[in-house]
Amino acid sequence: MNAGAAPAAVAPVVVATGVRMGYGGVQVLNGVDFTVASGEVSCVIGPSGSGKSTFLRCLNGLEPVLGGSLRVLGEEVGHTLRDGRYHPWTPKRFAAFRRNIGMVFQRFNLFAHQSALENVACGPVHVLGTPPDRARTLAMEHLDRVGLADHAHKRPHQLSGGQQQRVAIARALAMNPALMLFDEPTSALDPELVDEVLEVMKSLAAEGMTMVVVTHEIAFAREVGDRLAFFADGVVVEEGRPRELLAAPEHERTRAFLSSVLGAQEGPFER
Amino acid sequence: MRTEPIADGSGTPVPVARTWHWGRWLAAAVALAVAGWLAYLVVVNPHLDWGKVAEYLFNERILSGVWVTIEISVLATALGLVLGVLVAVMRLAHNPVLSGLAAFYIWFFRGTPVLVQLIFWYNLAFLFPELVLKVPFTMIGLKWDTNQVMTGFTSAMLGLGLNLAAYFAETVRAGIQAVDRGQTEAAYALGMTPARRMRVIVLPQALRIIIPPTGNEFISMLKTTSLVYVVAGHDLMTNASQIYKANNRIMELLIVASVWYMVMTAVATFLQGRLERRFGSDAVRLVRGGGVAARVLPKVAA
Repeated sequence: MNAGAAPAAVAPVVVATGVRMGYGGVQVLNGVDFTVASGEVSCVIGPSGSGKSTFLRCLNGLEPVLGGSLRVLGEEVGHTLRDGRYHPWTPKRFAAFRRNIGMVFQRFNLFAHQSALENVACGPVHVLGTPPDRARTLAMEHLDRVGLADHAHKRPHQLSGGQQQRVAIARALAMNPALMLFDEPTSALDPELVDEVLEVMKSLAAEGMTMVVVTHEIAFAREVGDRLAFFADGVVVEEGRPRELLAAPEHERTRAFLSSVLGAQEGPFER
Repeated sequence: MRTEPIADGSGTPVPVARTWHWGRWLAAAVALAVAGWLAYLVVVNPHLDWGKVAEYLFNERILSGVWVTIEISVLATALGLVLGVLVAVMRLAHNPVLSGLAAFYIWFFRGTPVLVQLIFWYNLAFLFPELVLKVPFTMIGLKWDTNQVMTGFTSAMLGLGLNLAAYFAETVRAGIQAVDRGQTEAAYALGMTPARRMRVIVLPQALRIIIPPTGNEFISMLKTTSLVYVVAGHDLMTNASQIYKANNRIMELLIVASVWYMVMTAVATFLQGRLERRFGSDAVRLVRGGGVAARVLPKVAA
């Protein structure tokens, strides 16, 4: 993004080098190399089981990195260097780190016992210690921003999937994150509800939010993404500018995946 | 069942015949005959003095026993609920020592009969004649005579409360585990610590599952307190048994005690119904609707 008047050498938000992760003898990530610059929208695509969601969850420490190096917002995720050793983080340290990273889940995960407004105010009140009245005002602004001010007092089960996901985005934004992670945000939605969520994400991208988006929406990646990475078998098979990568994939794996996905998809941004 | 006439082929309304439920009438007749006969046998039994039943129903010792039973039930249930939540949270902790301790507690108290525990607490003085609470290596501290502390009442409360905690911990654990894992992940992603996630997000939702069984536990507790008579806790059963040991009117006093247990259960059942109607379908009102819970549990202004 803005290659012309780039502010002098901003450190990348995410630098992954040879990241490995696995559970129960199954290797999920086999050495992922991946970089996200500040203000960039990075889209991640790939077949299910390729490790793309796992990698996203490593970025905010929801899954532990077992090998390689993963630096997010200038910190080695999960460890702090002190006296010549890397010391593992305490749960409290993890919590402090995650305050700056918003996450949006495939299944929304709105707090079921709270209204939309309470969901959005929850982080500021219980994590940042914002006074409830102030948090409520701010939450209302965030809900308004995703077009749901009228639904502030509804519970998650009274909202459609698309509305729930927009509340989830507002909830993440309420923490003023430096990085937003999206884990297949539209995969659990009915087809007619996908666009309203993508519109919110597009407006976020236009404002310069740094985003990592795991998605199956190829059209969104093409239109909004600055970078596109193709995951398979726990590694980044290929990576580049979305239009170039989608037009002329270098690897056979990528070509096979794209033809199977694009064959089934006719997105709103297709031309 | 339809009562409105049906139009036949020519359009004339024809009434609908009534269905005779032969099975119901037969069952009712048999039940009435058997129950009536049994009731008759008891009521007209020459060995049973109904005058005594009426006389003792509002006897002073019986009434004070009823009150003690309520006291023990309430206190033991309260102790069991608080301790049960604590044990459940420990059981689910990542700390293997805490989790192991909780597992041991649950195994131990579910593994020994309540009766044994009651007698154990009552006779604690055989093991420790004095209970001492003092600062190590000094003379500063407090000392009690075990037999004065471990009255029938306190040993009943401890025995029943500790025992309930073990069972209730499993109810709470089930409630906590029934809350979707995604809620925890979302809480962590917002930057909550594990403790805050438990208090703000998971427990309020687990309550929906936990609260209905608590009514059941209390009703069960009302009657389990009758075991207290082995340690002379001056509850309803103790007092009733002391009276029948003196006057040998065993059946009459058992009837008196049963009547009171049934009355208490009926009241508790009524309260349980209200509790479930209030919280069963929706735990959130607990947090929002005022009352003790609203002060104990956190809340976001709405």
